[in-house]
Amino acid sequence: MYVAVKGGERAIDNAHRLLADTRRGDRAVPELTLDQISEQLALGVDRVMSEGSLYDRELAALAIKQARGDLIEAIFLVRAFRATLPRFGASEPVDTGAMAIQRRISSTFKDIPGGQILGPTFDYTHRLLDPQLAGSCDPAEPASAEASDAPTPRVTDILRQDGLIEDSPVAADDAPVGDLTREPLNFPADRDLRLQNLARADEGFLLALGYSTQRGYGRNHPFAGEIRFGEVDVYFEAEDAGFAVPLGSIALTECQMVNQFKGSATEAPRFTRGYGLAFGQSERKAMSMALVDRALRASELGEDVKAPAQDEEFVMSHSDNVQATGFVEHLKLPHYVDFQSELGLLRKLRADFEQAAPQMQEAAE
Amino acid sequence: MLDRVSVSHDDKVAATDQPLLIADGLSKRYGRIDACRGVSFELYPGEVLAIVGESGSGKSTLLQMLSAQLAPSAGRVSYRMRDGVLRDLAALGEAERRLLLRTDWGFVHQDPAQGLRMAVSAGANVGERLMAIGWNHYGRIRDTASDWLQRVEIDTSRIDDAPRTYSGGMRQRLQIARNLVTGPRLVFMDEPTGGLDVSVQARLLDLVRSLVTELGLAAIVVTHDLAVARLLSHRILVMKSGRVIETGLTDQVLDDPREPYTQLLVSSILPA
Amino acid sequence: MIEASYNFAYLDEQTKRMIRRAILKAIAIPGYQVPFASREMPMPYGWGTGGVQVTASILGPDDTLKVIDQGSDDTTNAISIRKFFAKTAGVATTTSTPAASVIQTRHRIPETTLHEGQVLVYQVPIPEPLRFLEPRETETRRMHALAEYGLMHVKLYEDIAKFGHIATSYAYPVKVAGRYVMDPSPTPKFDNPKMNDCAALQLFGAGREKRIYAIPPYTQVVSLDFEDHPFTRYRQNAPCALCGAEDSYLDEIVTDDRGGRMFVCSDTDYCEGRRAQGHTGTESAPMEAADA
Repeated sequence: MYVAVKGGERAIDNAHRLLADTRRGDRAVPELTLDQISEQLALGVDRVMSEGSLYDRELAALAIKQARGDLIEAIFLVRAFRATLPRFGASEPVDTGAMAIQRRISSTFKDIPGGQILGPTFDYTHRLLDPQLAGSCDPAEPASAEASDAPTPRVTDILRQDGLIEDSPVAADDAPVGDLTREPLNFPADRDLRLQNLARADEGFLLALGYSTQRGYGRNHPFAGEIRFGEVDVYFEAEDAGFAVPLGSIALTECQMVNQFKGSATEAPRFTRGYGLAFGQSERKAMSMALVDRALRASELGEDVKAPAQDEEFVMSHSDNVQATGFVEHLKLPHYVDFQSELGLLRKLRADFEQAAPQMQEAAE
Repeated sequence: MLDRVSVSHDDKVAATDQPLLIADGLSKRYGRIDACRGVSFELYPGEVLAIVGESGSGKSTLLQMLSAQLAPSAGRVSYRMRDGVLRDLAALGEAERRLLLRTDWGFVHQDPAQGLRMAVSAGANVGERLMAIGWNHYGRIRDTASDWLQRVEIDTSRIDDAPRTYSGGMRQRLQIARNLVTGPRLVFMDEPTGGLDVSVQARLLDLVRSLVTELGLAAIVVTHDLAVARLLSHRILVMKSGRVIETGLTDQVLDDPREPYTQLLVSSILPA
Repeated sequence: MIEASYNFAYLDEQTKRMIRRAILKAIAIPGYQVPFASREMPMPYGWGTGGVQVTASILGPDDTLKVIDQGSDDTTNAISIRKFFAKTAGVATTTSTPAASVIQTRHRIPETTLHEGQVLVYQVPIPEPLRFLEPRETETRRMHALAEYGLMHVKLYEDIAKFGHIATSYAYPVKVAGRYVMDPSPTPKFDNPKMNDCAALQLFGAGREKRIYAIPPYTQVVSLDFEDHPFTRYRQNAPCALCGAEDSYLDEIVTDDRGGRMFVCSDTDYCEGRRAQGHTGTESAPMEAADA
């Protein structure tokens, strides 16, 4: 006698209970607080905000805790929450030129107006495991100086004054702001939608693509014109007020790549641009994004589209880690019915083959 | 609309006193470069026209414009449809253009990989055009494909093999069969013997010549090889720097070239 | 921190209106894939986010919802989706096919004939029937626009040349209302005839690929084939071991590690209904009458 498999419901409930218990881990170890995550795993929080495309440190920290440190799962949680939020409108474009800078470097000029500021960076650390961090530590107070009020113009703006780099495209004031979370994406996509897609894209995916352009798959000769990280104010033009109201400030990392130049019979040669922007301190992401943005402009700039990083459909269709992880992991779901159909077909083909085999033998003789 | 496409050759006995295709002042500019300048000619049913010239002379650009794959900067191409009406190709909708490309026209690429589906069987390669115009009987599609393989001298036992298992000459013959299966009235050929060695070239040219004659096809053949032009074409058009510099009956032009450039071409390429 | 609160059936009303517009367009152009701005849902892509968004947008408080996966109401994903809507919309749920007003499904069409007024919502992983023949969306959309389906027949031709018959056993392509070629989602081809002239409205949602398409009630749906190689249904040649049904799609159950196999209905509601009516199979236990 056979009784059909049942009890899925209880199994799920129990699995969820076990997950909650495993997440908490050993009760003898103090539980993580959201402040601890936000303060001490800040770069993880930044990544979850960027790819979750929601600027909220507390929710991102909660998502990381709930996801047991799995950042893609945390991004997923944030995205699912974000999707339900009503929209009031779009902010004014932020002015990164007026950023309260914490870090600012240029690899194109040794000195720039306003100076280079290293800020908090791994860049020049020796990657030696630090046993002191295993215990509790009390680092020395950081060095400080009076904040300079010298202006810090963007390196690309300096180049533009001399006409050495192409202008940044300026959108008309009344042009609608593209939003691929609200409108279905169609190809070919304009650069605003491409940049939005890249801003939400998986850091690892962009890193690999950016790297591939450096290794010759769609080379675009990049220079890190400038990378800056700091706080910018966000303004929102409220319809009733008739003027832009400050909403607060957010931390951003901006990367402006200066790329190989282009000219023609009618246009003097000038450098071209690649652009990257991410929430928080997310330098790897911003740089990779700028490389890929430039690669995706290949056809606009009259270059051959040959490499993966230049292929708009390929890049944009596979950049989203929430989509990617869902579809890869959906292979865990049952496919009994389809498999049954394949099994039936395979058996039939094998039976046909067995039947035909003796005849082929005869034919050969 | 699909139903009106006939695959028989009977209706081609129509009067040959009206041109099938008219090129009128065709030009193409790329930036400051004139790839093609003011080319005009008329092509009649059953006529084979060769376009010759060195590489860079503009003959491939011209072919692309004639076959509606490239929009001219100036001028136009008109084609007499099966209903006898002369139509401006630029005015055709994409659906009409595609239908034309896969029924009444053929296009033989120099590289067969561009004109064939390399991973599907020869039978399906030949059958695709039939299925695209609504044929829905496997047996009949296969019989027709098999018949065409024979006509282009491919052993029908190879019908289920993919062209990537074929030699260069066989691929080119398969590409021809794939194009001719819907009974086109006009075939474009871009260096059809380009990648083949000499003995294979001769066999292919023989085959093309007899098919063209047998089916009464009109053809436009782009080639840098004057021997190909001599063997296949009735009329010849010599191009240099985007312009037609000499035109006439093939034998006349090749035996008694008027232009110094043509004389140079003839003497350097046809020494034997 | 603010406790997150959610709207009826999870999605906000703005989103629902957008999805409903896409659904209406899809119904107006049977078989055509309508792009829509799919949202992130709290379940992963590939787990039914398209179907869930469609269901969320059409569900009203008076609806009765049934959710099946692989034909069964009791598979984990079906339970999870059913519970999701029970929680976020508070609608009544059922396992009974005739009693449901909305049925969300993955990979099956119920055996019981659907009736007017019902809506069948399919979860779709890859909506584009031409996708594996032509990877580019720009190209496949052009092929649909021009009704250029020769390439699809090339694939069927190749199957016959290679295997002697069309070797597609699920997600078997159909032509809807004589115009668009459509992917029925990975249902077994056994279910294809049920889509034709169906009294219920059939909606298809693909979340990750951001497409919705539809078959309005009583629409002609034809499985692609050749005149001399017509479409055939496939079913294991056995009765259900529990209810004896000879007309249902069967799951194969491995009963031991010595090659023991048995076949039972994939549609659990259908099977239970038959057993309640007294039908039996070779392995059936007597129905527990007291079990209410």
